[in-house]
Amino acid sequence: MAIDMSASIRQLNVHDKATITSVTAPGEMGRRLRDMGLVPGTEIEIIGRAPLKDPVALRLRGFTLTLRNNEADYIHVDKKDAAS
Amino acid sequence: MNGYHVAFAGNPNAGKTTLFNNVTGARQHVGNYPGITVERKEGSLVFLDTQLNILDLPGCYSLTAYTQEELVARQVLVEERPDLVVNVVDATKLERHLYLTLQFMELGVPVLLTLNMMDDVRNKGMSIDLEKLSEGLGCPVLGTVARSGEGKPQLLQEIVAMAREQQPWKSLELSYGPDIDPVLEQLVATIEHHQFLTQRYPSRWLAIKYLEDDEHILDQGRLANAELAAELEKTVEGLRHHCEKTLNSFPEAIIADYRYGFIHALLKQGIVSYPEQIDRMDLTDNMDKILTHKFFGPTLMMALLYLMFQITFTLGDYPLQVLELLFSWLGETVSNLLPDGYIQSLVVSGIIDGVGGVLSFVPLIVIMFIMIAFLEDCGYMARVAYMMDKIFRTFGLHGSSVMPFIISGGIAGGCAVPGVMAARTLRSPREKLATILTAPFMPCGAKIPVFLLLIGAFFSEYRPLIMFSITLTAWAMALLVARLLRSTLIRGESTPFVMELPPYRWPTLQGILIHSWERTWEYIKKAGTVILAISILLWLAMTFPKPPTSITAAFEQQRIELEQQQATANTEEARVQIGHELILLSQEQSLTALKSSAAGRLGQMLEPISQWAGFNWRTNIALIGGVAAKEVIVSTLGTAYSLGEVASDSPTSLVERIAKDSDWNRVSAVSAMLFVLLYAPCFVTIVVMARETSWRWACFALFFNTAVAFCLSTIVYQTGQHLF
Repeated sequence: MAIDMSASIRQLNVHDKATITSVTAPGEMGRRLRDMGLVPGTEIEIIGRAPLKDPVALRLRGFTLTLRNNEADYIHVDKKDAAS
Repeated sequence: MNGYHVAFAGNPNAGKTTLFNNVTGARQHVGNYPGITVERKEGSLVFLDTQLNILDLPGCYSLTAYTQEELVARQVLVEERPDLVVNVVDATKLERHLYLTLQFMELGVPVLLTLNMMDDVRNKGMSIDLEKLSEGLGCPVLGTVARSGEGKPQLLQEIVAMAREQQPWKSLELSYGPDIDPVLEQLVATIEHHQFLTQRYPSRWLAIKYLEDDEHILDQGRLANAELAAELEKTVEGLRHHCEKTLNSFPEAIIADYRYGFIHALLKQGIVSYPEQIDRMDLTDNMDKILTHKFFGPTLMMALLYLMFQITFTLGDYPLQVLELLFSWLGETVSNLLPDGYIQSLVVSGIIDGVGGVLSFVPLIVIMFIMIAFLEDCGYMARVAYMMDKIFRTFGLHGSSVMPFIISGGIAGGCAVPGVMAARTLRSPREKLATILTAPFMPCGAKIPVFLLLIGAFFSEYRPLIMFSITLTAWAMALLVARLLRSTLIRGESTPFVMELPPYRWPTLQGILIHSWERTWEYIKKAGTVILAISILLWLAMTFPKPPTSITAAFEQQRIELEQQQATANTEEARVQIGHELILLSQEQSLTALKSSAAGRLGQMLEPISQWAGFNWRTNIALIGGVAAKEVIVSTLGTAYSLGEVASDSPTSLVERIAKDSDWNRVSAVSAMLFVLLYAPCFVTIVVMARETSWRWACFALFFNTAVAFCLSTIVYQTGQHLF
């Protein structure tokens, strides 16, 4: 059973899974994020962080993507319960 | 022969280029799109008596105007109107790759969808219903494995069949929901009514681009019909306002949502089925656990980069020496064939030495490129960028700036030419420019003999320490200057680091060889022709004007007298003694010649200024020569200190000479090392910089780097003089 918890990607830990609720990035960055498949409803999983904690690597739609933390802040997610 | 035009297109890492290589083989032509550094790759083949001209479009994720690659892909489709697009997608990541497919269909170009990497699909236990997918999308769908050539005959057959059919362009009409659709219809009606840009673009696609706020299209619209463009923009503005207020979103975001929604719904109709037990931990994930680990990741990266260098310079050394021998043999042979004089001097010292010096580097560059291509194709380069991004971003650069720096000599002994070329992997223009401008600060292999010479003369007991400090200084300067440039001349937001981490793959040999050969050939061609011109110029500058005939005559007179004395000398000792005097005489003569040449005069002219940094006119000549190629510095210093030819690897006698010269001391040696490290990039580098950016920036680097170097050297020298 998923527990709804609104958060941004920065607050997620490695191996956390979540669903994107909204992407508020404007202009070029928003376009770039959407082109890579980061749109509301997409399920993501955090699969790692770089040695200096930034950027973050996440998996969605069967591939792996990296984002800087300040870009990830625009992506709001519903965190899923670890058990789900 | 007139044939059909086919464009290969798709996301990066979809295996598009592998498929292109496999289909066209070696029948390729690589050029650049005018004005930019995006490669234009073309190939052709004859299949079923039909000539197919295939264009490999740059890999892109979308058809916005976000990157040069995307813009090129879209302009080629619109302007060259290929008969069809072969859209190569990674079948294991269908959902994301189809996003681009939909955009091709919105544009209306006939699409042949090629699901590549079908072997991965099978290995993962997935299955894809190609027929259903073809039905859902309304275009032919094929499965291939580009690496093994599986599916190639079917692909070629289908290409020929589709090309012969000459389908008309037809835009796919997707619904973008109740908010967008009415406005879209309205825009389309206006556009069609006024025939606004419809010769170039399909009306519906144009309307979508207006809704997406596409800069490139908006600009074209304003040029074509300012009034109408303003009207369209106003309509879109109204919708944007509405979307922001009621939906807290933008029209372009809603359009993207609906595209993904369409794909998601399509694939859910039983087209893709996954195995029941999903084995999520694949090889790539396991490898990344170690290769991007907090501690092991960076450690292994350093080790790997170091190893790469060792391999390049150990392996590359043999062919380098062979080529050097070959060119010196060629020089000697030509000297013997041609009579003494200007022609001989021009051909031997100017052309053969200059061009030979550049071509001798080709083996090193080939090996370096093969390894870079390997690291790129196997997916490791993206991990390097991922790990290093945080540090480099602080200085206004990008994670992918690491490679160009390292290749340029970040680990002492690289070369800025392949370094600058490696900056191509950077997709963000500002970071790329800053990287290219600062990479030549690195201690490349040609600067090292100069450091060794000066260290030998003044700091022989601290050799490793000084070499290490030089490398550190180079990195510090490159990063600081990058920071400075990024907050002044190349100011602007950092480009988002939204980057795919592709799965690790064993690269194909063909791919690597084609890739590295292309880059090497460009180096030989472009750098080779310009270097030839520069070599001749430099030779002229160091040869003319000649000293007055009276002086030359006086030297000749002395020579004849000495030769006569030698001939009539009684003892062996006396003959040897006179032989020495003869050598000294010719050295003195070449020094006089150098002094009266344009380069020599410039060196003397600059002495009053260069003395602020502690350089005398002899050093100046060497430094001027070093702008052509840093290899020249030591040999020119040799000439300037009237030692005749000095081999760059054994400057022992020159070391003593400099150590004894009253113009030199420890402070001026440090100042000179700093200057050589940082001043103008060599000419080959400048040419390559011009091609990767523009001549304006290349010339900027020439003057700016020299100014930075001179300021620092002056500060060091003046401070040093006061302290010691």
